Amino acid sequence: MSDTVSPAAVAQPPALRGAERLRMLGYLLVGIYFGIVLVKGQVADWFSIQQMFRLQAFHMYGVIGSAIVVAMVSIRLLRRFDVRASDGSRIEPVVKPLGKGQAIGGLLFGIGWAITGACPGPLFAQVGAGHGIVLVTIAAALAGTWLYGWLKPYLPD
Amino acid sequence: MSLHDALLAPWPWYVTGPLIGLVVPMLLLIGNRSFGISSSFRHLCAAWLPAGLEYFRYEWRREAWNLALVAGIVIGGWLAVHGLTAPGTASRVSPAFARELAAYGIEPGQLMLPRELFAWAQLATLPTLLATVVGGLLVGFGARYANGCTGGHAITGLATLQRSSLVAVLGFMAGGFVTANLVVPWLLERLR
Repeated sequence: MSDTVSPAAVAQPPALRGAERLRMLGYLLVGIYFGIVLVKGQVADWFSIQQMFRLQAFHMYGVIGSAIVVAMVSIRLLRRFDVRASDGSRIEPVVKPLGKGQAIGGLLFGIGWAITGACPGPLFAQVGAGHGIVLVTIAAALAGTWLYGWLKPYLPD
Repeated sequence: MSLHDALLAPWPWYVTGPLIGLVVPMLLLIGNRSFGISSSFRHLCAAWLPAGLEYFRYEWRREAWNLALVAGIVIGGWLAVHGLTAPGTASRVSPAFARELAAYGIEPGQLMLPRELFAWAQLATLPTLLATVVGGLLVGFGARYANGCTGGHAITGLATLQRSSLVAVLGFMAGGFVTANLVVPWLLERLR
């Protein structure tokens, strides 16, 4: 028996391995679930977003607030009981560094969120719900992302 | 109200919020992925038009999970309206906002988006260009500059008590408050 790794196993890209394929299906299903909740909860909803920023409805504050609490409690429980991810790794949410981008980019994103009446997740849900015009918004968001990638070396971070 | 009726009616915040919060542990359990949506914009740029820019020079295929998630959202949006929504369902609108909308000539009883603003036929008009093209540019540019959007910062970041996310969310809210109260009314005024 040779203990060298077979060339086939090395050449195979990770996305094609069985377990990774199954995980991809998992992400797709979570996306479907999330899309349904965004529409049914009227989060992917221009009227909800306007009323949130005009303080005319509690709905979105309740949604975001309870989502944060549930996410926080579940992450703590997973870590407390050392529940592992399906690949055996320890649960480790990403940590993002603080810079000027959070303030400036955050402000710009907020302007966009109010004017489109949707943040990125809801944009995709609205397209699925049949609002083809939102593809224009998504295309513009991609252009904005590209513009950021182009200007990044000149922007304060 | 039967469970079936409740399912087809708009869901209240105390059902919606917790169900959204559960997305975070689901993604962590599947493959230790941190919930966020706007990085999908970056991956799509990296896949389609990297143009040699450093920001798009990375192995985007390793982040394909995020694109699967986003594809799922599109499918979920379709499923929600085809089969999970009672006919005649309207967006929840407070009496005060309803009066304002009526004054702008926006028909009552609409769902998700007002067709007076979001329609192909209006695309060449200033209000619709602002609400789609300009708004979209700001969403994409701002989310990537801030290194996250509502999913990555407001939910994942605040749930893990990160200072960068607190700053980002304060930015989101400040920008949103000013825009929704000053810019959007100006824009709706132009629909009349």
